[in-house]
Amino acid sequence: MKPYLVSLQAITAREAMRFVNQRARFLAALVRPLVWLLVFAAGFRAALGLSIIPPYQTYITYEVYIVPGLCGMIQLFNGMQSSLSLVYDREMGSMRLLLTSPLPRWWLLFCKLLAGVAVSILQVYAFLAIAALFGIHLPLMGYIYVLPALVITGLMLGALGLLISSTIKQLENFAGVMNFVIFPMFFLSSALYPLWKMAESSPLLRDICALNPFSHAVELIRFALYEQLNLTALLWVCLSFAVFLGGSLIGYDPAFGASRPRRG
Amino acid sequence: MQPLSVQNLSYHYGAKAALKDVSFELSTGRFCALLGPNGAGKSTLFSLLTRLFVTKQGQITIAGHDLSRKPRAALAQLGVVFQQQTLDLDMSVTQNLRYFAALQGLSGRSAQHRIDAVLDRLSMRERATEKVRRLNGGHRRRMEIARALIHEPQVLLLDEPTVGLDSATRKSITDHVHDLAADGMTVLWATHLVDEIHPKDDVVILHQGKIRKQDTARAIAGSGTLIDAFMDMTQQTPEPSL
Repeated sequence: MKPYLVSLQAITAREAMRFVNQRARFLAALVRPLVWLLVFAAGFRAALGLSIIPPYQTYITYEVYIVPGLCGMIQLFNGMQSSLSLVYDREMGSMRLLLTSPLPRWWLLFCKLLAGVAVSILQVYAFLAIAALFGIHLPLMGYIYVLPALVITGLMLGALGLLISSTIKQLENFAGVMNFVIFPMFFLSSALYPLWKMAESSPLLRDICALNPFSHAVELIRFALYEQLNLTALLWVCLSFAVFLGGSLIGYDPAFGASRPRRG
Repeated sequence: MQPLSVQNLSYHYGAKAALKDVSFELSTGRFCALLGPNGAGKSTLFSLLTRLFVTKQGQITIAGHDLSRKPRAALAQLGVVFQQQTLDLDMSVTQNLRYFAALQGLSGRSAQHRIDAVLDRLSMRERATEKVRRLNGGHRRRMEIARALIHEPQVLLLDEPTVGLDSATRKSITDHVHDLAADGMTVLWATHLVDEIHPKDDVVILHQGKIRKQDTARAIAGSGTLIDAFMDMTQQTPEPSL
């Protein structure tokens, strides 16, 4: 068991060190949701009225509504950032160190995933702390209950990043991921508006949003922040995680050629 | 039992064959040069030897372990220096080596002991705390070799490890690896530069996915030179020594 834990600790420490060295990445990870919270939400506060829906017990402001969605956004972008760095690692060679290690490949990829989740959780808590400074307070226990929810949602979004990285052959193709994965996932979800609001304009869009795993990740976080468990969201997120992880393990299996060698 | 054995290995990119029925064996303590022009199939062969890619046609055995049946046991006996850099530029020499040791399941004192030993062996001890970004190209390649030796493998694979280095550094690294072979390490060194090969080294000449010749460099050269023999077999002009 020891070699497994040693590799987990080393991979996590390396990711954390990389993150600390990339201060711009940390800043961007915080600025992005804060812009949404302090500029976008302030602007739409008057336009978007919200009724009382679970888990909320009373009327809430729009800023309060979008906080869980922005936590999910941080993890979504972090998952894609990890995916980008995996593609970069594969092009540069350091990914080969992982893939040629005698430890099981699934374990090493899982370690990489866990390391990314740890980094994303740090970002989420930093964001929640800043949001609190701006007067958006959540139930005290919610800050603790949200931790396991963030681990599960982080794993699901990280596994999605892993799956994407196994299908992308070149770094240049990554821009497409932004257009075809991140933006649709984020906007077709309950992160920015409740689904009943979406149904008013289009039942079809509402149905698409309801199928989006990111919607369930956001709802899992939202309920956890208010000390409640959304079982449907939990099951949906766990199922998505299993599918994405399974797909990425197949993608990184040498028999399927994710790490296709250069000819020479 | 040979440290590295390749039997009837074939690999295809779609319909195009990259390796055709390749077989060879390396003996303990031998330096074997895998010599071939660009596009000969060297990188494909290395990818198969390191299990970055797999094929059902043929068998690879490392230290007695079948790579397809017991990949973990086989990879544990393999040290690899890739063409691409695998080091994290923002980490120190020791931090990089500790990371790689952890990927081999090594930690604590045993890892530190092995790190010190490989740094001594590659004359890199005084650079231990420097960030890799500050090292020159030659020292980075030495570090890559140190990294590949940290788990004390039986077989060392090097995929064109001197690309981009000046001639003095190339010679120094080539000599280092020859010394490793003299100490009992089995080495497979892919190259297209014939001046990196000593007369007593084993040579496998690969061209268009097929092995054209396998013998010692001296025997292949015969009464001429290795360059001429290589040219005859591949009908290409090899890159001259610098």
